[in-house]
Amino acid sequence: MARRQSSSPDAVSNKTHTARLMGMWVPLMVVTELVFWFVLQPHIPPGRQSDSAQGQQFDITVLSMIATPVFELVIMYFIYSLLVWRHPKGAPLVDGPPIRSNMKIQTAWMVITSAMVFGAFVFGTYELVVPAGAGGGEGPNPIWKPSGKVLPVQVIAQQWRFTYRYPTLGGFETSQLVIPNHTEIAFHVTSLDVVHNFWAYQLGVKADANPQSDNVAYTHTNQVGRFTVRCAELCGIWHGAMYNYGHVVPRAQFSSWATSTKARLASNTKNLPPFSYAGYVPSANGAAGSFYSPQDKFGPLETYGAATPTS
Amino acid sequence: MAISATAASAGLGSPGGVPGVSSPSKGTRLNIGTGFLGAVIGYLVGHWLGNFIASGYQAVQGSGANNVAIVLALALGALGWLTGMGVLSYPIAKLLGHDAPEERPEAGWGRYLRFTLDHKVVGVQYMVGVLLFFFTGGLFAMALRTELLSPTVHLFDPNRYIEIVSEHGTIMMMMATSLVLGPLGNFLVPLMIGSRRMALPRVEATSFWIFISGLMVILTAPALGGFQTGWTGYAPLQTQSNLGMDSYLVGFVVIGTGMILGGFNMVVTIINYRAPGMRWSRLPIFAWSMLATGSILATATPVLAVGLYMGLLDRTVRTANFVNSHGGNAFLWENLFWFFGHPEVYIMALPGFGIAAELLPVFTRKPLFAYRVGAAGMIGVALLSYFVWQHHLFQSGINPDMRPLFMLTTELISIPTGFIYLVGMGTLWRARIRLELPMLFVLALYFNFLIGGLTGVFLSDVPVNVTVHGSFFVLAHFHYTIMGGLVFAFFGGLYYWLPRITGSMMNETLGKIHFWMMFIFFNFTFFPLFIVGLLGMPRRVFEYAPRLQTLNDIATISSYLLGFSFVIFTINFVWSQFISPKPAPPNPWQSRGLEWMMPNPLPFHNFSRIPVILSDPYRYGEPDALPVADFGSEELRPETAGMAVDAAGQPIEKGDA
Repeated sequence: MARRQSSSPDAVSNKTHTARLMGMWVPLMVVTELVFWFVLQPHIPPGRQSDSAQGQQFDITVLSMIATPVFELVIMYFIYSLLVWRHPKGAPLVDGPPIRSNMKIQTAWMVITSAMVFGAFVFGTYELVVPAGAGGGEGPNPIWKPSGKVLPVQVIAQQWRFTYRYPTLGGFETSQLVIPNHTEIAFHVTSLDVVHNFWAYQLGVKADANPQSDNVAYTHTNQVGRFTVRCAELCGIWHGAMYNYGHVVPRAQFSSWATSTKARLASNTKNLPPFSYAGYVPSANGAAGSFYSPQDKFGPLETYGAATPTS
Repeated sequence: MAISATAASAGLGSPGGVPGVSSPSKGTRLNIGTGFLGAVIGYLVGHWLGNFIASGYQAVQGSGANNVAIVLALALGALGWLTGMGVLSYPIAKLLGHDAPEERPEAGWGRYLRFTLDHKVVGVQYMVGVLLFFFTGGLFAMALRTELLSPTVHLFDPNRYIEIVSEHGTIMMMMATSLVLGPLGNFLVPLMIGSRRMALPRVEATSFWIFISGLMVILTAPALGGFQTGWTGYAPLQTQSNLGMDSYLVGFVVIGTGMILGGFNMVVTIINYRAPGMRWSRLPIFAWSMLATGSILATATPVLAVGLYMGLLDRTVRTANFVNSHGGNAFLWENLFWFFGHPEVYIMALPGFGIAAELLPVFTRKPLFAYRVGAAGMIGVALLSYFVWQHHLFQSGINPDMRPLFMLTTELISIPTGFIYLVGMGTLWRARIRLELPMLFVLALYFNFLIGGLTGVFLSDVPVNVTVHGSFFVLAHFHYTIMGGLVFAFFGGLYYWLPRITGSMMNETLGKIHFWMMFIFFNFTFFPLFIVGLLGMPRRVFEYAPRLQTLNDIATISSYLLGFSFVIFTINFVWSQFISPKPAPPNPWQSRGLEWMMPNPLPFHNFSRIPVILSDPYRYGEPDALPVADFGSEELRPETAGMAVDAAGQPIEKGDA
């Protein structure tokens, strides 16, 4: 660009402006990256209670390490522009240099942003596929599964609470969520009424609970302790109060808990509907989970007949 | 313009008046009053009809609450409003084979309260309309932030809280679709492309009065018990929700009709009504953004309308489209809704980009950098917006194997979105930056949208989405893009173009106080919410972990001050536009834009002769650049252009151009 005036900002060459910006940005970027990797990473949610949580912690750290330098560069550029190229208030109006385009810069911009986007895509896909869905809901027929033995837990959401059913341990249903440590867990999330969401925050697990549908999410537990379960999909009036706590316990403790709970709930368990991964229909008469009054003479129950259990 | 039914007005003007000016008898003039009357009559007729034809259809057995009656009441109420406003007089007259009554030019305040075809009047009507919407939604926002002051002490019961959340979200989303396209698009696009009017003035005016009826319908929800679904209206909660849900479904259908019409009209106008010489390569970048926005509005909204219609059928005649236990599927709503919902996000982003890119050259005295890339980026965003909707459903269990694809399309959209930063940063390079009030808003958009855009990358990444989906992180993200982007751009645009629209400048000191309060407290309101979300607080809850109270309180208190900044704006607006207007010079910002080349106030038909466009409006710093347009030998003053002038000095022309 031509030097149009000899006044200070215009006398500075493009290269100098660029060098100044880079000189400020590069050290800042290096510090930011180091702080994110070494200082902040262990504290970034959702923690390390499970493999999926730890994976998400890593992913959030990596994305932050990409996003923050971009943020710093752009903001630094804006601040620099305002400091260096600001037109004094009240001074007569002068036009700037008529730079309409610059093929080099435009091409570089597109190449760099495209490379970042495809990089993020490859990284995200790897981090999704390799850790068996990364703790997210994978629908009824997951294609990314963990190898080895898995403990299935059915999560049954309803307005406005969660219950849990353990099909491989006698099929009892309880309001306590207890899972063993160092174990691959498969959460089979379903709902009795509206759409809910099972969010086990510290486990890095989130899956929508859809009526008459199975949504599977895998995780591998790593640390004993309590975790929070919240509904993360608006489900009506008491959505805000729909939370409870789960516990990751040592395996031996889990076995004794399962044995005693199975015995304690035996009389209830035999009245439960047959277990099914395809959903959970507690009663066929619409008493639970129907949206139309069972007595409604115009309702679908009257028109189509009662819904039947799917198993 | 009033719709006059007198024979005289159909021809050469009424006796005794200025030729061409209508002065029909008072009794035939339909206005906002007759509109309200029509709405009430329509509501009552609809309610009676619903109870008459479907007396047994009750939401809850024995409750007496009848969805059919409410849906018909709201729908006929909206129709009654349009009839009362005179929106339907012309088509009805045509249908019945009569000579259609002709809408005549008119001066005075009354035209703002009527069905008026002048795009400049419709623009001002829209401006007042969106501000009403925005402030109403803002009050709901402050109410729900107040509830979140404490995790345990409650101001509202949970039902009331969810109603407020739902009302806030729905009103704001409805408003934001038309926030820029309605007022600034309708007012400025004809001026920018050298046209005397929008292509379809009747459609344009109709879209505005539909927009207002949509607001009225959604505001009936609290009286009907509210709705519990938030603005996303997820079924089957939707099917289960009480009568206020009907207001949501009918209201969105109504306003959706207005959105389709408004968007369609914008696209038609920009394609067909450009002045000679206004090539695509000379089209102002704001018009490009309006073209992209209009095309999404016109094509995405019908999908939502289909979903809403199915939901209405579920609630009224029990079709169970979205109820799994009776053969329907709840996923269907999620797909239909988000197939519209995500393009809608770009309906709310592109106009902001358009304003920012339009204002930058004026306040940097430089050509817009990489103009073609910027325009291509807007079209690219508009096209890609149809291929990303399932990123809202990453954890839903629908099509889980498609998640990498939708992750890719979502991240791809950041490439054309990034162009707006290329354009902005390139334009600032070696510029002569004037930090005038509108420029501050533009710079704020770049700051806010950067945060909004970069956090969007986190949301698009499926593994990270597991943690942030449905949390306050999402909420903070989209407030940073919509409020931080679109709303800041809108207010910047108002400060910039109000001298053009009303002929009066805004007070600069009050404007700066407004800006700094809005910018600082916007960030203090929404930035803590990113952290709150990452720490595990889901959206739309009234109870949260006590350890998150401090962050929530910072957000709440900042939200009050953010709200107060709009009080300052309103005071400024009323004072400097109505009470003590300070006349603006014809071109206060020394812009090269065609819209500033006309005298102040604007002539009725904008251009006495259509200008020939000679160059794009961004040729700053080019001493031998051609002027932006050739206006012919005559000045554009009404008196020299030979136009009729009424008593108020307003130029009048016969009929329509």
